[in-house]
Amino acid sequence: MFSDRNKYVLAMFLVGGFIIYTFQLYNSLPVKQIAVSQAADDGKILWQKKNCISCHQIYGLGGYLGPDLTNVYSKKGAVYISAILRGGTNIMPNMDLTDSEIEELLAYLKDVDQSGKADPRTFTINTNGTIHQ
Amino acid sequence: MEPYTNKGKSIIDLYILTALCLLIFGLLWGITGSLQYIFPGLMRDRFSFQKVRPLHVSSVVFWIILAGLGSMLTYLQQHTKRVIYSYRLLLLQYCIFLLTVVSIIISYFLGRFGGREYWEHPPYLALPIFFGWIFLLFNFVKSFGGFKNQPVYVWMWLTGIVFFLFTYLESYLWLLPYFRNNIINDMTVQWKSYGSMVGSWNMLIYGSSIFLMDKITNNKDISYSKIAFVLYFTGLFNLMFNWGHHIYTLPTAPYIKHISYTVSMTELFLIGRIIFNWRNTVSTAKRNFNILSFRFLAAADFWVFLTLLLAVLMSIPGINLYTHGTHITVAHTMGATIGINTFLLLAIVIDVFNDSCIRVEKYKAIIIRGYWIVNISLLVFWLSLIGAGLEKSMWQMSKLQISYSIMMQNLSPYFIAFFISGFFLAIGLFMVVYPLIRIKFVCKLKQTKSSYYVFQSN
Ligand code: HEC
Ligand code: HEM
Repeated sequence: MFSDRNKYVLAMFLVGGFIIYTFQLYNSLPVKQIAVSQAADDGKILWQKKNCISCHQIYGLGGYLGPDLTNVYSKKGAVYISAILRGGTNIMPNMDLTDSEIEELLAYLKDVDQSGKADPRTFTINTNGTIHQ
Repeated sequence: MEPYTNKGKSIIDLYILTALCLLIFGLLWGITGSLQYIFPGLMRDRFSFQKVRPLHVSSVVFWIILAGLGSMLTYLQQHTKRVIYSYRLLLLQYCIFLLTVVSIIISYFLGRFGGREYWEHPPYLALPIFFGWIFLLFNFVKSFGGFKNQPVYVWMWLTGIVFFLFTYLESYLWLLPYFRNNIINDMTVQWKSYGSMVGSWNMLIYGSSIFLMDKITNNKDISYSKIAFVLYFTGLFNLMFNWGHHIYTLPTAPYIKHISYTVSMTELFLIGRIIFNWRNTVSTAKRNFNILSFRFLAAADFWVFLTLLLAVLMSIPGINLYTHGTHITVAHTMGATIGINTFLLLAIVIDVFNDSCIRVEKYKAIIIRGYWIVNISLLVFWLSLIGAGLEKSMWQMSKLQISYSIMMQNLSPYFIAFFISGFFLAIGLFMVVYPLIRIKFVCKLKQTKSSYYVFQSN
């Protein structure tokens, strides 16, 4: 049987592990700090204010009505993206973005693009079920 | 503390009633969203998917949270046979939550977003929720009566409350540039918090459903048993460490993925147990199927099995590579939030409302009809999302570069099935929920009238 004592010990053990895991993650984040440009940071905030994530994904996470945009910058280029942002599409509303807002969003998408590749075709599956790029 | 009476129960009922209304409200936006999948550009300028998705997701998330709290509070009183420490605080917390939820909905209507997944509102609206939750924690700690010889559900409730608070706070770390400046770091912390947050509200709800199960079978042994605690600790372990499966394709630290992959596989134990107990479950189900609440528990059992199966598969990185970024993720999320969370909560609400002036049994016929409609349509709903996901997955993996919009057009049969089944799902849920709302309103009205007469005759 689980005595009360055993339950506390087990719970404390798990909570302790969780706290260590959490703070070790915060303390050494996976990517060492890279200075981000003001434009890219503004672009990120704007991306959130316009809720682009409700229709789009970054690294496959987000809403699913529109395409993943992780690597759209290198695939389609700034000119194409600004055209879409300026006019909207059949589904994507025209959000009346100003030129400087478009620049900020471009800086953000460029920053995201440089962080890695989201395309599943770039991965290989290992025999133990894990994947690598 | 005072012994438990019905006093103050109406405050707790308010949590549940509000939650039920939010469920209906959220369903309307779910249907709107699925229509936008079939008619691209529908309401693009006034109510684009940008507003519709958060209106749907936030409403149903608040349905789950508020109903989860209402059930937990009701059962906590029944368990301790004492009233909650402070009703005034509970009422204050309710008012804060209500005002915040309304503000969030208005902010979506106005197109003001904070743009994080699930909590797409401006970040300052998180503050009142956070403080409301602190009140809850305080009230709970003052009411639950210590750890000594407590059944598993009390452990689960406390775990749920504490971890929600922590993960909710964690999900706002992005406000600090240190966490926000790099997308990989940001998404790692974001999905760490969301993964555990879902686990924490599950703890609240599973705890209450175990209480309900005890009540129905009139047997408390289970919730004190060794196996109950083994399951609880397995759940807690997963809540804490399995969140990495959301971000297998993110170029983040590999150890996060390995830990998550390994931990997720302990869920196989849960699946094994369900299969092992199958006959037992079925015979208990047969015995109690005439009890309305029990039916929903039984349906949730079935969905736990399907969802766990899908979840464990999706937790294998090699399979996740295919399912990630497709509607299979949505199938998993909605399968779990409807099939498990919503069904368990409905079972509980039916039980909680059964002591109203009108018994829920009075509406048994319509509720049972709704029940079957919900279950059948949910299966079609789930399968159509999986179908759409599989097709998209083949597209993502194929060497041919067919354009996104053509691929989406090819998926339209799945989306039509998704809309139709979703529509019936909503109708079925309405048939279950409407009588529950009605009962409370009618009883409240009667109560107000009778106190008015008492007042007059005095
Ligand atoms: C209502 C949903 C919706 C919202 C909100 C939305 N988009 Fe889109 N977006 C789409 C869809 C759908 C497409 C694909 C084109 C199409 O089929 O109309 C698209 C296409 C794009 C593309 C081109 C992608 C490609 O590969 O061709 C970019 C870039 C883009 N959106 C950026 C954004 C940004 C930035 C925001 C926020 C400011 C945003 N979108 C908000 C729906 C949306
Ligand atoms: C109790 C009922 C429901 C609950 C709890 C629920 C919950 C959710 C959740 C949590 C999401 C986010 C999914 C994710 O990010 O993976 C979601 C998305 C969605 N739901 Fe529901 N849902 C319910 C009913 C419905 C119904 C009846 C419909 C309509 C047919 C619907 C349509 C949608 C749509 C269109 C999305 C957006 C998918 C996307 O991102 O593209 N939902 N729902």
